[in-house]
Amino acid sequence: MWSYIFRRSFYALPILIGVNFFTFALFFMINSPDQMAQAQLGIKHISPEAVHEWKKARGYDRPLFFNDEKNGLDTVTKTIFFEKSVRLFIFDFGKTDEGRVILDEIKKRMWPSLAVALPVFVVGLAVSIFVSLIVVMFRASLFEFSVMVVCVAMFSISSMFYIIGGQFLFGKLWSLVPVSGFIADIGALKFLILPIIIGVISGFGGGVRIYRIIFLEEANKDYIRTARAKGVSELAILFRHLFPNGLIPILTGVVVVIPTLFLGSLVTESFFGIPGLGSFTIDGIRSQDFSIVRSMVFLSSVLYILGLLLTDISYTIADPRVRLT
Amino acid sequence: MIKPIVLWSDILIFLLVLTLVGLFTYLKPSSETQANWRKVFESRLGCCTFMILCLYIFIALLDSLHFQKPLPSTMESSQVFYSNEVLSILDLIHVGMLDKEEKTYSAPFAIYSYSKENIFSDSGQLYRDFPRLIHGGSHLRDDSERMKDIFSKTLFALFKGIIVSSVLIGSILLIRRTYFYGTFLPVNSACLLLGIIVTGWIWVVELGAYYHILGTNKVGADVLYQAIKSIRTGILLGTLAALFAVPFAIVFGISAGYFKGKVDDAIQYLYTTLSSIPDILLIAAAVLVIDVYIENHTDKFDLLIYRADFKFLALCAIFGLTSWTGLCRLLRAETLKVSQLDYVNAARAFGVSHTGVITRHILPNVMHLVIISTVLNFSGFVLAESVLAYIGVGVDASMNSWGNMINSARQELSRDPAIWWSILSAFVFMFILVLSANLFSDKVRDAFDPRGLRRMRLDL
Repeated sequence: MWSYIFRRSFYALPILIGVNFFTFALFFMINSPDQMAQAQLGIKHISPEAVHEWKKARGYDRPLFFNDEKNGLDTVTKTIFFEKSVRLFIFDFGKTDEGRVILDEIKKRMWPSLAVALPVFVVGLAVSIFVSLIVVMFRASLFEFSVMVVCVAMFSISSMFYIIGGQFLFGKLWSLVPVSGFIADIGALKFLILPIIIGVISGFGGGVRIYRIIFLEEANKDYIRTARAKGVSELAILFRHLFPNGLIPILTGVVVVIPTLFLGSLVTESFFGIPGLGSFTIDGIRSQDFSIVRSMVFLSSVLYILGLLLTDISYTIADPRVRLT
Repeated sequence: MIKPIVLWSDILIFLLVLTLVGLFTYLKPSSETQANWRKVFESRLGCCTFMILCLYIFIALLDSLHFQKPLPSTMESSQVFYSNEVLSILDLIHVGMLDKEEKTYSAPFAIYSYSKENIFSDSGQLYRDFPRLIHGGSHLRDDSERMKDIFSKTLFALFKGIIVSSVLIGSILLIRRTYFYGTFLPVNSACLLLGIIVTGWIWVVELGAYYHILGTNKVGADVLYQAIKSIRTGILLGTLAALFAVPFAIVFGISAGYFKGKVDDAIQYLYTTLSSIPDILLIAAAVLVIDVYIENHTDKFDLLIYRADFKFLALCAIFGLTSWTGLCRLLRAETLKVSQLDYVNAARAFGVSHTGVITRHILPNVMHLVIISTVLNFSGFVLAESVLAYIGVGVDASMNSWGNMINSARQELSRDPAIWWSILSAFVFMFILVLSANLFSDKVRDAFDPRGLRRMRLDL
C-alpha cells in the first residue's frame, strides 16, 4: 500500500513537469515577453525603455531557457523558465502584478472557497443520491418519468441562469438573503446560504441522471433478485442491499474532486462576492495577470493528481477485492 | 454587385456538413449502424429533437454565407466602395429587422421607449415623457391601435404560415407515398413540428418588421435579432470543437490501444498531463495568450469580423484540445479489447497491414463511441460558452452570442422595474438547443450502446 502510494507520487512528477512545460510554452513561446509588454502597455508610441522597465519589474528580462551571460549553474537558473516555472514545484508562486505574494493569497482565500464548495459537494451528493434512490424504487412509473424529465431540463440550463435567477428571486424579489457579500466569521452563514442552495440545485439534474443509472445497473444484479426471492421487503432491499453497493462506484467516482474543492467555483464566487480562490482566479484572468493564472493552473493540476491517487486508495477501502500492488 | 466575404469558420462548417453528407451517402453504413440510426429516428422524441437541431443548424448555415453590400455609387468614380457592415443570407430573410436601432431599452412589442426623455410638444413646450420608438410600431397612430394591429398581423401570419406549411407537408407526404411507402419515421409528429416551425418563423419575419418582438437592449438593438444571430455562434462552437477533437482522439486513442508498449505509454502520458489541467483554466489561459497575439498582429486582420473569427476558431480549437482526452481514453480501452479478437488476429495472419487492420477492422467497431461522445460533448460546449463570456474569455465581444447577451444583461434584473426580456430570450434560445441536444444524445446513446458507457459523464 505505502509503496504503491510512494510509487504513484513519483509517477506524478513527470506529469507535473509536463503541465509546467505546457503552460510555459503557452505563455512564453507563443508571445515573447516583448509582445506581452506591448500588449499590456498599449501598442503605439511605446519606448523600448518602458518595455524594458515592464519586463524588469516582472522578471521577464531574462532569456527563455539558457542565459549565456552567466557562468556555472546560473546559466540555467537565471532564466525565465527556471524562475517562473521550476519554482512552482516548491510552491514558490512569486508575486502578482500588483505585488502581493500569491502563496499568502492562496492560504488566505482557500477557506472561504471551502466554506462554499464543501457544503455544496456534501449536500448536493446526499440530495442527488437520495432522489435517485427514490426514483429507482419507483422505476418504470410515471413518477420516474416525470422526475427524469425535470432532471434533463435542469441539466440543460446553464449555471449562469441558476445564479442570476436565484439572486433575483431570493435576493431581490423576496429579500430573504443578501444578494452578495462575505464576512469572515459565523455571520457569514447568511451570505453563504444562497450560493450553497444554488450550487446544489444546479448540480441536481446531472447528478440524479448519473446516480440513477448506477443504481439501476445494480438493481438488475443477481443478489437483488435473490433477496427479493427470499422475501426481503422492498425498502430493506433498497437501503440494505442496493444503497451500500451502489454507493461504491459513486463515492470512488467523486473522490477525485475532493482536493479541488479548495479551488472553489469561478463563477459562483465572483457573482456572490466571496473572496475565495475562484474569484482570485477570475480577477487574475480579467486583469491579464499571467502569474496568477499560471500558479492556479499548476496548483489545480497538483490537486487533481492528488485526487486520482485518493481515488485509487478509496477503491481499496470501499471494495476489499481491489488490491493495489 | 455584392462582395462575398468568406470566413475560415464558414469554410470549415460547410466542409464539415459536406463531409458528413458525403460519408453517409458514399460509405454505406453497415446494416447494424443503419438499424441503430433507425432506432433513433423511429422514436418520436429522437425524430423531433433531431428536427429542432436541424433547424438550428440550418439557420447557422444560412448565417455563415457572408457578403458586403456596395455603398450607393458616387458619380465621379467608377470604383465601388463596400459598406463596412457584413451581412449574411439570414439577414435577407429577416430584412425587416435590419437597421432598426432604438435609443435604449424598450419592452417587447412596446411602441414607447422604456425611459423618460425631454420632449418638445407640437406647441414648443418642453415636457418629460416616454418618447415613441423610432421603429417599433411606428406605423401606428397611438397605443390603442396596438393590440388590434398585433392581432390582425398575427392572424395574417398564421394564415400565410398554414398555407406554406400545408403545401410543404403535402408535398412531403406525396413524395413519401410514391417513393418511401411504409417508412419507419414518425411522420405525423414530424410534419406537425415542421408546420409549427415554418409558421412560427413566418410569424417572426412578419411581425419582426413592425415591432421589437422581444424588446430592445441597452443600446437599442433588437433582442430577438441578436438571439437569432447567436445561433451561429452556438452551433459552430459545438460542431467545430468536435471537428478539432475527433481526429486527435481517433488517431491517438486507436494507436495507443493497437500498438501498445511505448506508443501507449507516450500517449497515456500526453492525455493524463492535458486532462490534469482544469478545462476552464486551460481555456482561459489560452484565450489570454491569443488576445495578446491578436493585439500584436492587428495588421493581419483588416476587418473586425476577421479578427473575431480568428479568435472564435482559436476558441474552438482549445475546446477541442480540452475535450479529446476523454474520448481518447475510451477509444484506447475499446481498441485494446477489439484488437484481441480473432478476426483481427486472422487479418494480421493473412498479412493485412497495420493501417488496413485499423481502418477496416478496428475503426468501424469503435465508431459508435465517437458518435456518442461527440453528441454528448456538444451541449456541454454550448453551455460552457456562457460561462466563458462571463469570465471574459469567451468569443469576441463584437460577435453575437448567448453568452455575451447574458453577460451584458445580468445587471438588468436588479433594475427597477426589472428588465427581463434580454436574459429570458437568451435563456429560451439556449435552453431549446441544449435540451434537444441532450434528449437526442440520450436517444443516440441508448440506440448505439444500451449497456456500457452510460457512466461516461461520471468522470467529467
